Amino acid sequence: MNARNNILNKLRAGLSGATPRPDDFDERLVTEPWQYAPEDRIGRLRSLMEAVHTEVHTVGSKDWPKTVAGILSRRNLNNLLYAPETDHGKQLGEHWQATEPTIELVAYDRPVEEWKDTLFWGVDASITGTVGGIAATGSLVLWPDRHEPRLMSLLPPLHIALLRASQVEDNLYTMMQRHNWSSGLPTNALLISGPSKTADIEQVLAYGAHGPKELVVLVIEDE
Amino acid sequence: MSQRIPVTELTGDFRQRAKEALGDDQLRTNFRNAMDSLMTKRADAFPDEEEREGLRELGNRIKARALSRLPDLLEQLETRLTENGVHVHWAETVEEANRIVHGIIERRQGRRVVKGKSMVSEEMEMNDYLAGRGIESLESDMGEYIVQLDNEKPSHIIMPAIHKNRRQVSRLFHDHLGEPETDDVNELIRIGRRALRRKFMEADVGVSGVNFAIAETGTLLLVENEGNGRMSTTAPPVHIAVTGIEKVVQNLRDVVPLLSLLTRSALGQPITTYVNLISGPRKPEELDGPEEVHLVLLDNGRTGAFADAQMRQTLNCIRCGACMNHCPVYTRVGGHTYGEVYPGPIGKIITPHMVGLHKVPDHPSASSLCGACGEVCPVKIPIPELLQRLRQENVKSPEEEPGVKDGGAKYSRSERLIWRLWQQLNSRPGIYRLFLWGATRFRKLTPKKAGPWTDNHTAPVPARRSLHDLAKDHLARQGGQ
Ligand code: SF4
Repeated sequence: MNARNNILNKLRAGLSGATPRPDDFDERLVTEPWQYAPEDRIGRLRSLMEAVHTEVHTVGSKDWPKTVAGILSRRNLNNLLYAPETDHGKQLGEHWQATEPTIELVAYDRPVEEWKDTLFWGVDASITGTVGGIAATGSLVLWPDRHEPRLMSLLPPLHIALLRASQVEDNLYTMMQRHNWSSGLPTNALLISGPSKTADIEQVLAYGAHGPKELVVLVIEDE
Repeated sequence: MSQRIPVTELTGDFRQRAKEALGDDQLRTNFRNAMDSLMTKRADAFPDEEEREGLRELGNRIKARALSRLPDLLEQLETRLTENGVHVHWAETVEEANRIVHGIIERRQGRRVVKGKSMVSEEMEMNDYLAGRGIESLESDMGEYIVQLDNEKPSHIIMPAIHKNRRQVSRLFHDHLGEPETDDVNELIRIGRRALRRKFMEADVGVSGVNFAIAETGTLLLVENEGNGRMSTTAPPVHIAVTGIEKVVQNLRDVVPLLSLLTRSALGQPITTYVNLISGPRKPEELDGPEEVHLVLLDNGRTGAFADAQMRQTLNCIRCGACMNHCPVYTRVGGHTYGEVYPGPIGKIITPHMVGLHKVPDHPSASSLCGACGEVCPVKIPIPELLQRLRQENVKSPEEEPGVKDGGAKYSRSERLIWRLWQQLNSRPGIYRLFLWGATRFRKLTPKKAGPWTDNHTAPVPARRSLHDLAKDHLARQGGQ
């Protein structure tokens, strides 16, 4: 622990006689330029996300599983990774049972170590929920957990995300306030604002660098 | 591929490398194009000047506040992270940091490491350190991967492979991975994706940097576009984050403006594809994520910069790269010319604290002091002012109090003497008049060679009559009218 003490002592010596600066955070600077009328939030999110290659659809709270099946079959995909214990996972499962599409539903129900190969190479698409969206930057907010693990939004080439229209906030600051992030964050919280991309070669934009090549957002209008 | 030969040693000094770079048309075109487009993107991302300036001011205050409480915040960060189950390590030197990282890998009997982008790990030369101990340490950011394949160092802190064009990358992939050559950037990225995905899957340990460490919540925030950062911090069973001690901020809300400043200044994006907030390892019931998370806090000269209230501002830096994108010198000579981990304006002000000013004596003066860097810096570091300060430190005599590690490399007794005489001359009217009298009479005797100045300019020759003289005449004439 010598390094720790040495570093802290040097820093304290550098500060001797100085008073800590007050916290004069001016929240207007990060909120006022980024406020929208409720009916404009989705439009703003949509246009920002589409600008970075994201597909956005508006869907009904009952029939979205049909849209999902359509998206998959149009792309000729074979399987879909889902979280069976979540509400949307159950709804999806019921739809699948009723309609029996040829696309296989794959449940993320065991530790990654048990099926790494399949997860990394064998999954075509995934569907996850979100805890909300951010209009200012065109972002989805995900809090992966036991039921909907982190890798679901990262490994498959296509990621489908469900977003409730009523859960879109103006900006990151209001999102943090609304859900009181500072009093408790999950092990991993994510903002996702498009499919994975890179411009590392000649600044040419290419999608699908390491994560999903495609991101589809289904905006669920609340009744 | 598995055997890593040491990075090509850079030859010569800054001046010599600059000269070579200036003669390399390909390199200059690659940089010019990239920097022009990055400048345009940044400008487009800040359409409202008032908003931009308000945000920069806020960014500056947040960093200044964090630095004014740095030791307390570091302790708070450590406490929160520990509560969250993250192991916190402290390292004064890069050797120490490397030893810590290696120790963690050894305990897990790890052999394969994948890395997300981290400039601190470049400071540590972690890849070489681990390779020397039989551990493969592979860069996974596309740009970093390309640079590593070619045994090079990054030439830009955000765009590591910006000095290369697609043909050069294609040849590299062909030579190292046996892939057919292609002109298609999408295809090149696909090749990289496939090669690296296997590595993510097999890795024993993932290493990453940190963009902001939040003391309030004990959270490490990482930004990226590719997803390799998320892969490195999520897929392997162990995640080691390495970062400088200056990256800590007080509150979670502080990152809102900093994040916006960072991504807009760096790439002109309202936000990066991924913002990854890590507050702990996998919980027992969770199905993925690393079982162990470590944070290594590195000093490496930062406490030295911190000790001086003026130079402390260097530690505001959020590593956006905007200063290099806007630097007329960087754009022309490229990142490798600087010969150090951090190139461009930020490199010039941070490197002396890490390696000592005597190792980079030409850096403070490799600037026209045009001020562009200071104007664009999102946290308002007065870079030109700091460069001037370093120039002074550069010529301090051994008797003077040094303000930076190994200053005074350019101190010269004769130069100091000349300046002293010049000072005397200009502060004593009698001597000054005598000097003027001599300089105008014997002006033909001024030397034709005056150091490097006359390499590109004709030598200055005093006028036949001094301004003093002319003014006297003029006034006399006016008085006579
Ligand atoms: S010095 Fe300022 S402009 Fe340069 S990288 Fe750091 S934050 Fe960005």
